[in-house]
This record gives sequence, structure tokens and C-alpha cells, in this order.
Amino acid sequence: MFDALSDRFDGIFKRLKGRGRLGDAEVDEVLREIRVALLEADVNIAVARGLVGRIRERCVGEELSRSLSPAQQVIKIVHEELIETLGGETMKVTFASKPPTVVLMAGLQGAGKTTTTAKLARWFKQQGRNPLLVGADLQRPAAVEQLRTLGSQIDVPVWSEPTDPVAVAEGGLAEARRLGRDVVIVDTAGRLAIDAEMMEQVRQISGAVDPHYTFLVIDAMTGQDAVSVAQAFHETLALDGVILTKLDGDARGGAALSVKEVVGRPIAFASTGEKIADFDQFHPDRLAGRILGM
Amino acid sequence: LGRSGIDAETWDELEEALLLADVGVGPTMEILDHVRARVKDEGITDPEALVEVLKAELKDRIGGGDRTLRRDVSDGRTCVWLFVGVNGVGKTTTIGKVAARERAEGRQVLLAAGDTFRAAAAEQLEMWAERAGADFVRGAEGSDPSSVIFDGVQRAASRGHELVLADTAGRLHTKVNLMEELAKVRRVSDREPGQVAEVLLVIDATTGQNGLTQARQFAEAADVTGVVLTKLDGSAKGGIVVAIQTELGIPVKLVGLGETAADLVEFDPDEFVEALFASASTPAAHRETP
Ligand SMILES: Nc1nc2c(ncn2[C@@H]2O[C@H](COP(=O)(O)OP(=O)(O)OP(=O)(O)O)[C@@H](O)[C@H]2O)c(=O)[nH]1
Ligand SMILES: Nc1nc2c(ncn2[C@@H]2O[C@H](COP(=O)(O)OP(=O)(O)OP(=O)(O)O)[C@@H](O)[C@H]2O)c(=O)[nH]1
Ligand SMILES: [K+]
Ligand SMILES: [Mg+2]
Ligand SMILES: [Mg+2]
Repeated sequence: MFDALSDRFDGIFKRLKGRGRLGDAEVDEVLREIRVALLEADVNIAVARGLVGRIRERCVGEELSRSLSPAQQVIKIVHEELIETLGGETMKVTFASKPPTVVLMAGLQGAGKTTTTAKLARWFKQQGRNPLLVGADLQRPAAVEQLRTLGSQIDVPVWSEPTDPVAVAEGGLAEARRLGRDVVIVDTAGRLAIDAEMMEQVRQISGAVDPHYTFLVIDAMTGQDAVSVAQAFHETLALDGVILTKLDGDARGGAALSVKEVVGRPIAFASTGEKIADFDQFHPDRLAGRILGM
Repeated sequence: LGRSGIDAETWDELEEALLLADVGVGPTMEILDHVRARVKDEGITDPEALVEVLKAELKDRIGGGDRTLRRDVSDGRTCVWLFVGVNGVGKTTTIGKVAARERAEGRQVLLAAGDTFRAAAAEQLEMWAERAGADFVRGAEGSDPSSVIFDGVQRAASRGHELVLADTAGRLHTKVNLMEELAKVRRVSDREPGQVAEVLLVIDATTGQNGLTQARQFAEAADVTGVVLTKLDGSAKGGIVVAIQTELGIPVKLVGLGETAADLVEFDPDEFVEALFASASTPAAHRETP
């Protein structure tokens, strides 16, 4: 759907051959193209504005090197800025000194929380841990059944009861202690960020289990709304990180960059398919290239 | 837009509102170009009037198309509505809602669990069938979705039901084999005694710019007849459907406004456009990034 960014720039830069420094008019033209590319990748409009501002400073300020064409140079600046924004390093997961380590999953409806809960459990298993899954979504039809099915596929126990979500979360923690499981991952119902009652519920779940990690699960196909959603979840839960799902499609994933920029928490994991193994820690540089269509 | 005249800032604000609603850069520029021309031709100077022109332009773009749900099938055939879309958009839930509505209108309905892949997908649909008092057919996990739906159609035909609502597994439009599977599902559902009257593409209102590619690919694979725009009860505006309607001519037919059976309404272009501009800007969007 989109032309690769380098294609966009090539035309502009053909006219700029042989220049060591870009003039204001050329910089403006290039920055307009960058803005469009970012918006087409679903980067939030305010975040794009900030990014473009930073890129402008560098384009104007830096003497362009001789070894790179102006186009390559600008793309390099944009790429570096994106990686910077996305957070350079892969997030390090540490474990509670007094187990279990509690992980809370939250997010909009259909983002991929339940699937990701199982994927994360598998990942913890690979780190030598013994997770317990807790099904605190008592709302969506067959949500607990879904989690149980996934749990059995990876041979991880699932705990739930038809009481209420806060009680289930508490009960799950007690169950983990009883069974000696050292990681507890709590799956919660999907909820809208503007649903005050449901946001209060997840706040209470969080209060009840005092999670070491709270992850916001975000669909890579999300558009401009991602930022307000992330802010609302961050205000309610104090997020530790983001898990980005459905990266196996062609969405550019600019929403994820915006979320990172706005809540200041890393993208910890990325999900790249429907199968439980389609999951890994997140590498910022890969997403930067993808947003640019490189 | 409280100022007295139309200036560059006015245009920027309108552009921002459209972009924030996920209308997309290309369509936004095109729409604003049209509006600019009209504003010039008609000598409009009042910002309020400008907004009205913009709203009218948008309503024009998405107001067309036939939004009635088709039930007409050849004599002796059973009407099938297929629900398709990417993962997690609300296909199964929408089927539950539609089933409840059809039942309330006195029709006999069967739900066919054509998602044989996702964990507990059939159980989820079955709960919706029970809620609605609809007949239900499922297959074994991992079985061929076409066969499951065909079984459902045969049973519906033999029992004289009027309508089959067929669920399908969520799939990304980029997965060639899964899109081929979907094309087959459509072909088989269209075999006697069934006939496909609607293929409804479910689009989540939070969807960003790849929503148009979603629609294009699903239309190509399964001949989509309409869009269901879900989760419009959230803060997302669903602006991608403007491009879907304008570029592909696929009308939005239904809107999802929540998670219960009652949360389904007909698409109303006027309401949609008004909502597009209602507090389109969030605090986040106005946050000044350094
Ligand atoms: N293609 C793809 N599909 C995914 C990925 N992650 C999850 N899914 C699918 O997305 C859909 C929704 O996933 P769920 O795990 O049920 O999402 P959820 O957030 O728990 O949904 P609710 O509980 O209803 O809010 C399912 O069809 C999953 O198989 C991914 O990385 N890639
Ligand atoms: N707020 C809100 N939530 C909705 C709406 N429609 C569906 N949902 C929720 O979205 C989530 C996903 O819905 P499903 O019906 O399972 O989606 P699906 O497309 O069948 O998902 P897969 O089969 O996994 O691809 C569930 O939590 C639903 O309750 C809606 O209109 N508004
Ligand atoms: K979604
Ligand atoms: Mg879930
Ligand atoms: Mg489904």
C-alpha cells in the first residue's frame, strides 16, 4: 500500500545531488514526506510532530557526510530517531526475590491477551520457571475455556473459579503459593479505556495481586487511538511494558512507537502469529525499519 | 473552531481531526481539497459553515451504497451470511448479536462454527447460540471449516431454518493459504442447498491504516458485501471505513456498540460523521512533544 520511504525520498534527493547541507526548503519538503510516512504507519499525529521536530534539528544541524547521499543520510537520521524512541535495549525480565513473580495482562477487547498469556507462560517455562495461569476474564463467553485449552497445549496449569475477577486473581495467587509455582500470569477481560467501571475493576485486580509486571497488550494494527488507550491504562495500572501482537501481518506498527513515546515504558515482547511459539522478546531496531517500510 | 474567520489554523485543525479519526493521509487530503474548492466557489468565510461543508462531503462519501442485509436467495435454497475478518475484531460476538436480533424477529437461525482453529472458538459461539435460542453446528477441532459450515447449511435446510450465520476463524489478509481457505469456504457455502447472500467483513473501529488493505484482500478472496464496524462504543472513530467505502465501494451495514446481544445497530452515516468530530482530539493528541 505504501511506497518504501527510500523510494519517496529518492525523487526529492535527485534534485539535491552534490549538496553538503540541505537548505530550509528542501528540509521542509523532506520532513513533509517523513510526516506522511509516519502517519501512514499509524504513528500518532502528536508523536509524529515531535519526532519530525527532532529530525528537523538534526537535518539542519548536521553537516552531511560525503560517503552517504543526502537521502541515505536523512533516512539514517530518521532510523536512529525511531530506534531511540522505541527504546534501544531489549527489556530485561527479573524475578521477585520472594516468589511468585506476578504478571498482569490488560488491554482492549480482542488485542490478544489470552493468547499472549499462554505464549508468555511458555516463554517463562523456557527460562526454567514454573508458571500458573489465572483466568480472571469471567465475562467473555468461553474465555476461561480458551485459556484452559491453551494451558493444556503447553502443559501449564490454569486456575479459575466462577466468582468475581478480583477474587479469582487473589485465589490464583494463593493457589500458586500452595502449588509452589514461581510465576503467576493473570489474564483479564478486554475493556475499553473509557469504561470507568471496568477500569476500576482492573485497578482492583491489580491492587489485589500487586503485580511485578503489568503488561498492556496492543494490536499492531491499531491506529491513532492507541495513545489515549495506553495513557488511560498507564494511569490506572502503572504499566511496566507493552506487548505488541499480530506483527505477522502488514501493519507498520507505528501505534506501538507512539505508545512507547507517550507512556515511556518499553515494548517488552512481540507476538507474530496465532501459534503459541510465535512470540519473542522485542527488538526495537526491527520495528523501526518496518515503520519506515525498509 | 471559535475564531471569526477561516485561516490556516482552521484547516490544520480539520486535517488533524480527520487524521486522528484514522481517515488516513490520502483520503484526508483529497477530502479537504474538495472542501477547499467548494469553500472558494461558494464564498464561505465562516468556520462553522466550513465544518458543515466538510461534514456534508463526508456524508456524501459514506452515505451511498445499499445497506440492507440481503435475504433473497433462489427458490428452495437456504440463506447464508458469512462473517470474515482479521483476528479479534468481533466476528463471533457480532454473530451472537445478529442471531439474537433475527430470533427476536421470529426467524429460525443456525450458527455454524466455522472457526475450528482457535482455542474454544466453538464453545464461545455455542454460548451465543444458547443465549439467542439458535440452532448450532460444530465440527471437531482442526477439521475443515468448509465441511462444518456445509453440515450446518444442510441441517438448516432440512429443518427449514431461514438463515445460517457462519463464523470463520480470524485470519490476517496477508496469509495467502488462509485467504484461499476462505475463498473455498465461500464457494462451499454457496453450494446447494445453501446460497451466500451476505459476506460481512468485520472491522474493528480501532483499526489503523492497514484496514483498507484488509478490506481489499478480503473482498478479493470472498466477495465482501458489507462491513460491520465494531467497538464503536470506544474512543476510536473508525475513520478507515471512509476509505473502504470510497475506494472499494463496500458499505458499512452494521455497527457494534458493546459486548451484549443488544449492542448492535444499523449504520447511520449522519451519526457516524457527527461522532467523527465530537471531541476528536484527546488530551494525548494535544500533548506537546518536546
Ligand atoms: N495473526 C495473529 N493473531 C493473533 C496474534 N495474537 C493473538 N492473535 C489472535 O487474535 C485473536 C484474539 O486473541 P485473544 O487472545 O482471544 O485476545 P484477547 O485480548 O484475549 O480478547 P478478549 O479476551 O476478547 O478481550 C485470536 O484469534 C488470536 O488467535 C498474533 O500475534 N498474530
Ligand atoms: N466494546 C466492544 N467490544 C466488542 C464489540 N464486539 C466485540 N467485542 C469484544 O471483542 C472481543 C473479540 O470478539 P470476538 O467476537 O471473539 O472476535 P472474533 O473476531 O471472533 O475473534 P477471533 O475469532 O479470535 O478472530 C471480545 O471480548 C468481544 O466481547 C463491540 O462492538 N464493542
Ligand atoms: K483489535
Ligand atoms: Mg481474552
Ligand atoms: Mg471468533
